[in-house]
Amino acid sequence: METQSLTAKNIHVHYGEKEAIKGVSLDFAPREVTALIGPSGCGKSTFLRSLNRMNDTIDNARVTGEIWIDGENINEPGVDVVLLRQKIGMVWQRPNPFHKSIYENIAFGPRYHGIKNKKQLDHIVEDCLRKAALWDETKDRLHNSALALSGGQQQRLCIARSIAVKPKVILMDEPASALDPVSTAKVEELISELKQDYTIVIVTHNMHQAARVSDKTAFFYMGKVVEYDRTEKIFTNPSEKATDDYISGRFG
Amino acid sequence: MERPAVKDNHMEQQGNRARKVVKPHVVEEWVGKVYTAICILVLVVTIGAIVYFVSSRGLTTFIKDGVSLSGLLGGLKWDPEADIPLYGALPFIFGSFSTSLLAALIAAPLGVCAAVFMTQIMPGIGKRILQPVIELLAGIPSVVFGFVGLSVIVPALRSIFPGQGIGIAAGAIVLSLMILPTITTIATDALAGLSAGLKEGSYALGATRWQTIYRIVIPTTLPALLTGVVLGMSRAFGEALAVQMVIGNSPHIPHSLFESASTLTSVITLDMGNTVMGSAHNNALWSLALILLAMTFVFVFVVRFLERRKNR
Amino acid sequence: MSAKTADRIATGVIYAVSALIVVILAGLLGYIIFRGIGHISWHFLTSAPQTIKAGGGIGPQLFNSLFLLVLTLIITIPLGLGAGIYMSEYAKAGRLTDTIRLIVEVLSSFPSIVIGLFGLLVIVNLFGLGFSLFSGALALTVFNLPLMVRITEQALRGVPREQKEASLALGLSRWKTITSVMLPIATPAIVTGTILAAGRVFGEAAALLFTAGMSSPRLDFTNWNPLDERSPLNPFRPAETLAVHIWKINSEGLAPDASQIAAGASAVLIIMVLVFNFGARWFGRYLHRKFTATK
Repeated sequence: METQSLTAKNIHVHYGEKEAIKGVSLDFAPREVTALIGPSGCGKSTFLRSLNRMNDTIDNARVTGEIWIDGENINEPGVDVVLLRQKIGMVWQRPNPFHKSIYENIAFGPRYHGIKNKKQLDHIVEDCLRKAALWDETKDRLHNSALALSGGQQQRLCIARSIAVKPKVILMDEPASALDPVSTAKVEELISELKQDYTIVIVTHNMHQAARVSDKTAFFYMGKVVEYDRTEKIFTNPSEKATDDYISGRFG
Repeated sequence: MERPAVKDNHMEQQGNRARKVVKPHVVEEWVGKVYTAICILVLVVTIGAIVYFVSSRGLTTFIKDGVSLSGLLGGLKWDPEADIPLYGALPFIFGSFSTSLLAALIAAPLGVCAAVFMTQIMPGIGKRILQPVIELLAGIPSVVFGFVGLSVIVPALRSIFPGQGIGIAAGAIVLSLMILPTITTIATDALAGLSAGLKEGSYALGATRWQTIYRIVIPTTLPALLTGVVLGMSRAFGEALAVQMVIGNSPHIPHSLFESASTLTSVITLDMGNTVMGSAHNNALWSLALILLAMTFVFVFVVRFLERRKNR
Repeated sequence: MSAKTADRIATGVIYAVSALIVVILAGLLGYIIFRGIGHISWHFLTSAPQTIKAGGGIGPQLFNSLFLLVLTLIITIPLGLGAGIYMSEYAKAGRLTDTIRLIVEVLSSFPSIVIGLFGLLVIVNLFGLGFSLFSGALALTVFNLPLMVRITEQALRGVPREQKEASLALGLSRWKTITSVMLPIATPAIVTGTILAAGRVFGEAAALLFTAGMSSPRLDFTNWNPLDERSPLNPFRPAETLAVHIWKINSEGLAPDASQIAAGASAVLIIMVLVFNFGARWFGRYLHRKFTATK
């Protein structure tokens, strides 16, 4: 596939008077993992939240620029954000399963999007849980509360939940930073699996993680992208001094 | 893989259908917005209607019955059924102000002490005992306060002071119990919100707890404490039945706190049912209701003013 | 006087005042319950009041209070939820929202007697509903609505942001997100608040004097046809509630045992309010456990 799956052009984000993102343009290639790294407060999460218009929910946030997916600029007033968000899934830093059963967490989205058939839903639930490597652990207690799962399991459930509505892109905001090392490893493994089917954008402050899971890496600093390249290049031979300083830990 | 294919297919069908008809989720959003907006509209229309209807009735006294505003507000004699009817509402206005002011004077120190106890001295016991007590007190219906006032407070006052026991003092005591929860709750919130650093600074200078409380804690939270007192007064001013039951209901300014008196609410409560709608007497009662309404606005704006000072 | 002595005296005063408040409440509750409890019997709770003879009960009044509460909640809850959702989810920061907030605040501080008068003028006379349970329920709705709005708004604001975003990110509409994800989480807080508000409604009298009326027709408790005049279920009949009854017998009761009846009725009212209070806490905790159950 030649076309870019997701393209951001000249994105600016303002919170009230403050400019948090100062003109960022990035292409995200299909079936690749792109990592956004940078010191905290550099705007990487803010940028990520612009990609599925999640900043709409913040009262004084204003996003300008173009975001193209499927030949459509989604950062326009008339765009149906509900349809758009079906195409772009999201996973948060802290696992946030719904206060419902494991089964319901997965079935909730597809059912809303028109799949009422119980058999079909059962299949989707099983399929998504298998993809998230959670099926064996949960198949006997699908109707128990999702809140009874461990943090790592909850996070994988959230990933399973997001793929249940068949998105094209999955945005992940530091998906492993609240997890223990074992769970982190599982989530990272899952990300590598998922990139066969999805375009993944992941924000992380853990540079080893970025190096392990991503194909491309963008280094954010002060609301701008300093450098964007293949991950090997960024981590072995960065072009910018600031990038080098950051990845080698000589930085705030 | 077959299963996702089925699903894809379904999604596509949905997509096709969606292009032709209005998408269900758009309808749903619209329903939600319209429904909640109607609810808000009901609220706004209701308050508009209250202000409009009470004002239009209350102003009739001045427009149709030829009573002057100063005559109503300043007149000392209320005798609407006399040959030459008199509509002096000053005794009621005096009654309402004196009972609610006195009630606030009694309840404010008690409420602030309780708040200090709950936040500065023993938060544990405060949370476990005093707070539920305050919440229960807030839940007691006003007629029950009136009943207790009539069967305990009035006889007690009668045995200690000259007179019948009924009057402004009895009303103020009953009201003070009723507004104590309001004052305490707001004072507690204000004191609990105080930064610890402020107090520690004072302790570090060698001040005792009491010095810290009255030099630092109380002055810093004063606007918030006053907010509570004003809200309490507002509630006392509008309270009808509990006061009516213990105040005696004579339409004149009493010479002592232990002599029968009236308030705006008590005279409305007693007379509204006994007058014919549209009569001058009835209209005059609506004018009293209008005064109550106007005072509500005054109290709300004073509270807003204090809150703005608090936030600064 | 040294600072230390002043500190000791002040602390003592604060302790004393706090103890005094506890004693006052205990005395108040104790007095009402102990004075009234002797008069409470099955007969008292179920039989009709007597005007001039002794031995009257509070049966119809108790029924009226409960029925009126149910009617009020049926009207208030949908309105309060809708308005609360609007304030928490749809209102954008700005002039309009500030104005609406001010209006809710003003409405919540209107004296209940003024709301009763408004009910008399508009609901009873203008709408022609007369002194009736329905008029009373509408007046109590006006009285209760601002509180319901605040309860709903605060409960929804207490829902973690990530829950709302998770639902939106799945491509759910805002409305579906509110009703299927946020409201279930907010339910324990809303239910607790509603029950507490119900206790307030149950004891309210001033707003009812001129709307639900101060008399109750002879009720036939075997007739459950809501359209029949003598049926207890008819919402268009006048209905004196328990709280109004207490006020009335205290100010104009003619029965020789008026003061015992007042005491008994007050005790019943207080016990009901306590039930609402403790019920709200217990039920809220129960729902909270159930909704966030780990098993």
